[in-house]
Amino acid sequence: MSLSQDDVKKVSLLSRLLLTEEELTTMTEQMSDIVGYVEQLNELDTTDVEPMAHAVEQFNVFAADERAPSLSRDEALANAPKRDDECFRVPAVLGE
Amino acid sequence: MSESLYEIVIGLEVHVQLATQTKLFCRCSTQYGAPPNTQTCPVCLAMPGSLPVMNRTAFQLGLKTACALNLQIPNFTKWDRKNYYYPDLPKGYQISQYDLPMSQDGFLLITDPKGQFEPRKVGIIRAHLEEDAGKSMHDEAAGKADSRIDLNRTGTPLLEIVSEPDMRSPLEAKAYLTELKLILEYLGVSDCNMQEGSLRVDANVNLHLQTPEGKVATPIVEIKNMNSFRAVERAIAFEAERQYEVWLETKQKIGDVAKQTRGWDDQAQVTRAQRYKEESSDYRYFPEPDLAPVTTTDEEIAAVKAELGELPRQIRDRLEAQYKIPAYDADVIVNQGQTTVNYYETLAKNSGDGKLASNWVQQEVLRVLKERSLEIDAFPISTERLAELVKAVAGKEIDGTRAKDVFAEMLDSGKSAPEVMKEMGIEKVDDSELENLCRELLEANPKVLADLKEGTHKAVGALIGQAKKKNPNIDPGTFRQMCIDMSAKM
Amino acid sequence: MSLIHASAAQLLTQLESGEITSVELTKACLAQIDVADKQVGAFLKVMSESALEQAESVDTRRKKGEKLGRLAGVPVAIKDLLCTKGETTTCASKMLENFVPPYDATVIAKLKAADAVLIGKTNMDEFAMGGSTENSALGVTRNPWDLKCVPGGSSGGAAACLAASMAPLSIGTDTGGSIRQPASFCGVVGLKPTYGVVSRFGLIAFASSLDQIGPMARTAEDAAILLEAIAGYDPHDSTSANVKTPAYSQSVKQPLKGLRLGVVKEHFGDGLDSEVEQATREAINVYKSLGATVTDVSLPHSKYGIAVYYIIAPSEASSNLARFDGAHYGHRTNEAAMLEQLAQERAALEAAGDEVGLAKLDTSLVRMYRQSRAEGFGPEVKRRIMLGTYTLSAGYYDAYYLKALKVRRLIRQDYDAAFKDVDLVIGPTAPTPSFAAGTKTDDPLSMYLGDLYTVTANLAGIGGISIPCGFSKAGLPIGLQLQGPPLAEERLLQAAHMFQTATDWHQRRPELS
Repeated sequence: MSLSQDDVKKVSLLSRLLLTEEELTTMTEQMSDIVGYVEQLNELDTTDVEPMAHAVEQFNVFAADERAPSLSRDEALANAPKRDDECFRVPAVLGE
Repeated sequence: MSESLYEIVIGLEVHVQLATQTKLFCRCSTQYGAPPNTQTCPVCLAMPGSLPVMNRTAFQLGLKTACALNLQIPNFTKWDRKNYYYPDLPKGYQISQYDLPMSQDGFLLITDPKGQFEPRKVGIIRAHLEEDAGKSMHDEAAGKADSRIDLNRTGTPLLEIVSEPDMRSPLEAKAYLTELKLILEYLGVSDCNMQEGSLRVDANVNLHLQTPEGKVATPIVEIKNMNSFRAVERAIAFEAERQYEVWLETKQKIGDVAKQTRGWDDQAQVTRAQRYKEESSDYRYFPEPDLAPVTTTDEEIAAVKAELGELPRQIRDRLEAQYKIPAYDADVIVNQGQTTVNYYETLAKNSGDGKLASNWVQQEVLRVLKERSLEIDAFPISTERLAELVKAVAGKEIDGTRAKDVFAEMLDSGKSAPEVMKEMGIEKVDDSELENLCRELLEANPKVLADLKEGTHKAVGALIGQAKKKNPNIDPGTFRQMCIDMSAKM
Repeated sequence: MSLIHASAAQLLTQLESGEITSVELTKACLAQIDVADKQVGAFLKVMSESALEQAESVDTRRKKGEKLGRLAGVPVAIKDLLCTKGETTTCASKMLENFVPPYDATVIAKLKAADAVLIGKTNMDEFAMGGSTENSALGVTRNPWDLKCVPGGSSGGAAACLAASMAPLSIGTDTGGSIRQPASFCGVVGLKPTYGVVSRFGLIAFASSLDQIGPMARTAEDAAILLEAIAGYDPHDSTSANVKTPAYSQSVKQPLKGLRLGVVKEHFGDGLDSEVEQATREAINVYKSLGATVTDVSLPHSKYGIAVYYIIAPSEASSNLARFDGAHYGHRTNEAAMLEQLAQERAALEAAGDEVGLAKLDTSLVRMYRQSRAEGFGPEVKRRIMLGTYTLSAGYYDAYYLKALKVRRLIRQDYDAAFKDVDLVIGPTAPTPSFAAGTKTDDPLSMYLGDLYTVTANLAGIGGISIPCGFSKAGLPIGLQLQGPPLAEERLLQAAHMFQTATDWHQRRPELS
């Protein structure tokens, strides 16, 4: 199946990417190619097949509820692109 | 006003913070109130390369709660990622449970001893575990519109409990929440502190209306930002009226418009529409590859059930039967929590009078606790000492009014009931003394005697005051009956 | 043999006997990097100073007679996808160009505990997405055998630094072939262990259910030594295998008796380069001469491997890479310029009275995310994020993602069936030898098809190894792949070592001027 530019635009918002018009055109072609390729899976009847989400089946992996040291605030904020003495800073979450 | 015009349909989503020491997927502390960004690590900061490991205690508290809410616990459950971008969600996804939650299909019984609504079985669709997000704070002071992000809360374990839309009034919604909170507290799975965000409620509300064309449902609105059960009650009541007005104006039915989210403004006592984002609903759930699924055997589930202990509803029934108290009394006591129940039961046993013990707990003990903002375990009078007083009342050694004076003195002096009673000169008046007093007063008041003989029993009231002056220890009830009996023979 | 060409096994013996010091060895490697890396470009960062400090410390402690770790004094190169505390960890991306992790990956901690000398961080395809290392945003890596050609990828720097004798040991990661294919292209050994054998904690995730860290070296024995140091159960990784780590370094030298090899029919089909086919067939004959029995096996669903992989890997990646949004770490766009741009767009929409456009206009937060990610990620990363977002989105999940998970199960079942009859399966690692840089960059799908023989091991969660088995006429290395059932790393390494006792392909070195 082929994707429309509009589909790709929607996906770019969901992906939090910003594509130029040129990128949008290339992306639409390439994604259509790849999606077209992967559709060969439809040849297979998988009605009774259990999906396999993990490479190895494991169950019940837990850790005890015991505290371990946290990072210092400075370590936590060290890589922040923008911060103040206490917090990460980002453009207003409420929008304008 | 418009109750007969529509039926309110309410479903509640409750997020409960589980009482663990550490977060759901890392071992940072969950302590409330730490300075911003001091309880984080690579995992809850979503540092590249970090991986989640499930907190065993959180899962167990989830199981316990699920059993108490009559939920079915499947033998297999898994984790899913819910993808969305928000700065208080540093991974860009929340680890939650989607199609195979740890429990589903349960119920909670709600009743009202005051009879304001019929008992109702509220269905619970599911309860699943998920991680909390951090906190975003809007900072106007900076001049620019920046938000400040504190990730201390990120990854705190939550149990999301989703009810069926089975409630039909704000009062029922409040009763559901009250009972749910009580159960959670009895289980010890959460501190349920709404101010600290340990218990959060979202309500889904719409109306069912009878129209000439048949029954119609209005669009569902989700209400958020309710900080107390009182707020939930009011927000739902407000929303019902608002939706009815919208219906009259637009005739919009469910499905005509997208589900709306409104926030409760407690100051203004209104709900307000929240910003609506078109694409935000595509969460792209998929199985969390970093976590192993969890299996639970029937034996394990049975063991959790066996260890649950008595739940509020069972305790109410037992108190009613065991101590012969009305349902209303049992409700009041149980709703105070386990320690109050323990206090009451010891008091009832030591005093030998369940009903009287119940009255004392409800009228005196709870009043003092409230006045002094105390918890029951800090109540100054021990059950043993209060039992001595209750016993004295039961044995008519002291009347109710004077007993309250004794109680007040015990509260402040720390003395025992017999000590205080002795100081106040309170002792039981023996029968011959009472007889003498009776005869004396009847003879001195021929008018009263005459009235009594004619059967006007209320006339004895005039004598009680006089008797009390002569001997403050007399029991007014006993004295009254004796006067009536004696007058007949005079 | 000079220090830089020696195997880690030899070097460890020489270090232990006092014949050489770690400082001498480390200096020799640094000197070779100094000369050769100008041409090869294997390293994003050479950690000369800290490496020499570690080497000195090992030498001092050795002199004092202290007990040392199993890799004491031997330089190891690290793919720049593993978090190293206090050292930039970039994933070869502008997004993380200045990112300094506050913690060590478990593998890094284990290497440090083993007293290895961490010599530098190697180049790769951005976020491990690619098969040529051309997707690195931070540097170009060339194939030491032919500088016009690519080293393979995504662990291109990790493979090239071994081929160019800049380090004896190297850590790679493999999500669809990213250890084995560059090993094949550069003529070295690369092992992708069974999923869970090596902890992923601190490995910056591309596709969580497929990613696995593994050893790269010039000999199978060295790969065994390195695997032994990095493998093991890790409570910080819920998918870590809770099994005892075998003594790979001991068992590797024991030849396998009665080895049963299965030749994967489907790996000799269309698209296989004839020189690669010939070298692979000859390698199979070597095994026959060593006493192995060889039969044909079929992995009927392996032809769907690429399709399954290019649904599952991008889906997981789209979610794993959501955290790179400029909020808490990594690249953030210039906010002032971004806000200015947004204001202009708003003004234009207002002037045009475009209500719909205005309603759809990004908030400043959303635009910060989008702009930061647009600037921070390269084209291949964007493509995979887009693809994965699409295949997980409402209405497509069942058709793509769920379908892929089901076919993944069929692929695993093929292997399970095959391993009932044979001990290992054998075939080429990649359909072709290395290719000239720039020849496939415009056609992502053709690049993806290069993973045809390797991806199925990741999907099935099993181990696979690539070892040199010949050269093309153009002088480019060819790799042989062996794959084994779950947790058969010992068998894979033993089989690889057997081959290397009978051949000398692994001893050849490229000539760099």
